Amino acid sequence: MFNGLVLGALLALIASGLTIIYGTLGVLNLAHGAMFMLGGYAGWVAFHNTHNFIVAVIAGTLFGLIVGIVTERVIIRHFYSRPPEDQLLVTFGLGIVFVETVRFFFGSLSKTTTLPSELNGIINLGFMVYPAYRLLMVAIVAVALFVLYVVLYRTRIGMIVRAGIEDSAMVDALGIDVYKAFMLVFGVGAMAAGFAGIINAPIVSLSPDIGDAILVQTFVVIVIGGVGSFPGAILGGLIAGEIISVTSMFNPGYSYVMLFVAMTLVLVLRPYGLLGAAGRE
Amino acid sequence: MSERFEAPLSRRAILAGGAGLVGTTLWPTIIGAAGEAPIGTWPDGTTGNTVTIGAAVPRTGTYAVQGEDELKGMQLAIEHINSGDPLIKKIAPKVTKGVLGKQVQLVVADSGAKPNDAVQEQQKFITDNKVIAMTGATSSAVAVALNHFAQRSKVLYLTAISGSNDTTGKDCVRYGFRQCFYGETAANAIGPVIVKNFGKNRKAAFMTPDYTYGHTVTKSVNDYLSQNAGWQQVTDQVSPLGTQDFSQYLTNIAHSGADFIINVNWGRDAVLSIQQAKQFGLIPKMQLVVPYQIPFLAKEVGPELTQGVLAATDFWWTLEDKFPLAKMFVNSFNAKYGYRPEWGAENGYMQFAIWARMVSEAGTFYPPDVIKQYEKGETFPSFVGDVHFRAADHQLVRPVIIVRGKKPSAMKNSEDYWEVLDIVPGEPLMQKPDAFGCSLGDYT
Repeated sequence: MFNGLVLGALLALIASGLTIIYGTLGVLNLAHGAMFMLGGYAGWVAFHNTHNFIVAVIAGTLFGLIVGIVTERVIIRHFYSRPPEDQLLVTFGLGIVFVETVRFFFGSLSKTTTLPSELNGIINLGFMVYPAYRLLMVAIVAVALFVLYVVLYRTRIGMIVRAGIEDSAMVDALGIDVYKAFMLVFGVGAMAAGFAGIINAPIVSLSPDIGDAILVQTFVVIVIGGVGSFPGAILGGLIAGEIISVTSMFNPGYSYVMLFVAMTLVLVLRPYGLLGAAGRE
Repeated sequence: MSERFEAPLSRRAILAGGAGLVGTTLWPTIIGAAGEAPIGTWPDGTTGNTVTIGAAVPRTGTYAVQGEDELKGMQLAIEHINSGDPLIKKIAPKVTKGVLGKQVQLVVADSGAKPNDAVQEQQKFITDNKVIAMTGATSSAVAVALNHFAQRSKVLYLTAISGSNDTTGKDCVRYGFRQCFYGETAANAIGPVIVKNFGKNRKAAFMTPDYTYGHTVTKSVNDYLSQNAGWQQVTDQVSPLGTQDFSQYLTNIAHSGADFIINVNWGRDAVLSIQQAKQFGLIPKMQLVVPYQIPFLAKEVGPELTQGVLAATDFWWTLEDKFPLAKMFVNSFNAKYGYRPEWGAENGYMQFAIWARMVSEAGTFYPPDVIKQYEKGETFPSFVGDVHFRAADHQLVRPVIIVRGKKPSAMKNSEDYWEVLDIVPGEPLMQKPDAFGCSLGDYT
């Protein structure tokens, strides 16, 4: 159950970034897995040069933000009014470009980020021993998700963004730069992926295609939770983490099968996801 | 009554029947005189100045690192074949510049270690490039699929990395050849070393990737240890290929009471499972054993984790101290790519060098003749001493190298990860060719 919680927390964090972008901008970002990978690599580069894990986390997070903002400004902006399939193709292509660029510069040999020794211990929980960092990660993710939630749902910026989606012309007429807000949303979504990438790096050493499997799981998470729903991403993440982990205990080969079975069940019984709003496209 | 039967045997019938009879008996002779009947991509693939080999290696996914190393070995071999390098001439003396007067070229695709992708890519190579041989694996699931595809399409398949018992056992084919050893051979080579170092009646947890290689190697190693030294398999944690988070499996091992982790995972799966076993505190509490060593394992997880680890392998670069050909290979490779080759590269190089030898000795690209050349079982030199092919299952008979991870402080340079403990002759370790039900199939 613990293993599922850790995996679930990570999935929830990545999925929240994806769902924020979709929920506010309507863009299904298939480069999200690659952004998760980029955050990890940016963090690794910082770590490699400073040997300071905190610096690495900051670098990975900021790099995610920058990549998100630049991508939105240069490419995604032109696709808001285009059909969804164009958006899917361009983000999918972007993902490939990111992965191959990293492979070109860093090669396929995996990169390891080691933790400071005070985080590297093992905690005896009485009924089992568990790596301290994995426990800490659940707490880190919980805090990060809370901050994200407050920013997007309890601040003026969040309000503008959500209003902009409903009626961008009206918000524009009020003298607010909707596009700047959109850019920020995309940046924040990518930042969540980048942050997840670097905090996960000490557990799973990095390789260029590390984001591929994560992207698929993340999509399942947001479908289960409700596409575009922030609490749904968290709930979906935890459910998916537990399904994968508990199934692995009995029959590992079926862990993904069970994940997709769960997704299908949700789609049949609640087509808009567990916490999704009915009627959302 | 006799008349009645004579009547149908008219002049016409006799002529027709006679012609048919003559036709069936003379047909092979007539075609033979002008060259054999076309088969697979022969002779279409050999009419120009070049011949092409199709490689489907994993360049992405769990086995990408090993696939890339393998590919570099192949590319170096092609370069050596085309230039008539002294190293290739030691293995294939009749190679001049190219094979039978033709330059060899390589076409490459990414298999992602997925059997379907590999077969599709090779089908494309056969249609578009008329490749006269195929290669690439790094996953035994791919090797087994390409084996059967090679037999169907009558194009040679030079297995690259593949450790499953099935590759030249249950799934052996006339058109496939394997250079690296069986999982069973590895188990029989490393088994005595494990017992000698760690004693009898111990408890082992196995970690197994969920496909043919994993299951057969785990079974072979477990059979050896349980039958010869009373070891007990307390748990077998089977994980899907490409697993990133091993926490569930490691938690189970932590509660299994094992003294040893016998990790059969390979490629990135091995790297991640070993690193995470350390995070869970299982290493160094339990002793790690790797029955089939992974190229770049030590480089990726670091010597702190591989120190003291026993592993069976095909090749390690310090064998250059023992074998002159290994030295030539390591030097050439290092000069071209800037690092010492691991066994993926050795495997890729040797497969091509052996192919060049067989074709140039046979004096033809005609597949059945090339296969028969392999089946002669001649002894020829390799990077690990003299070796030969076994005709009955197309498996190379070669030694198994047993290595032990060096302490970081004992390393003489940045790539000196393993110490060669033993070079175990392959022949006595190998099971009989029919032990897994090998039946090679037809030449044509």
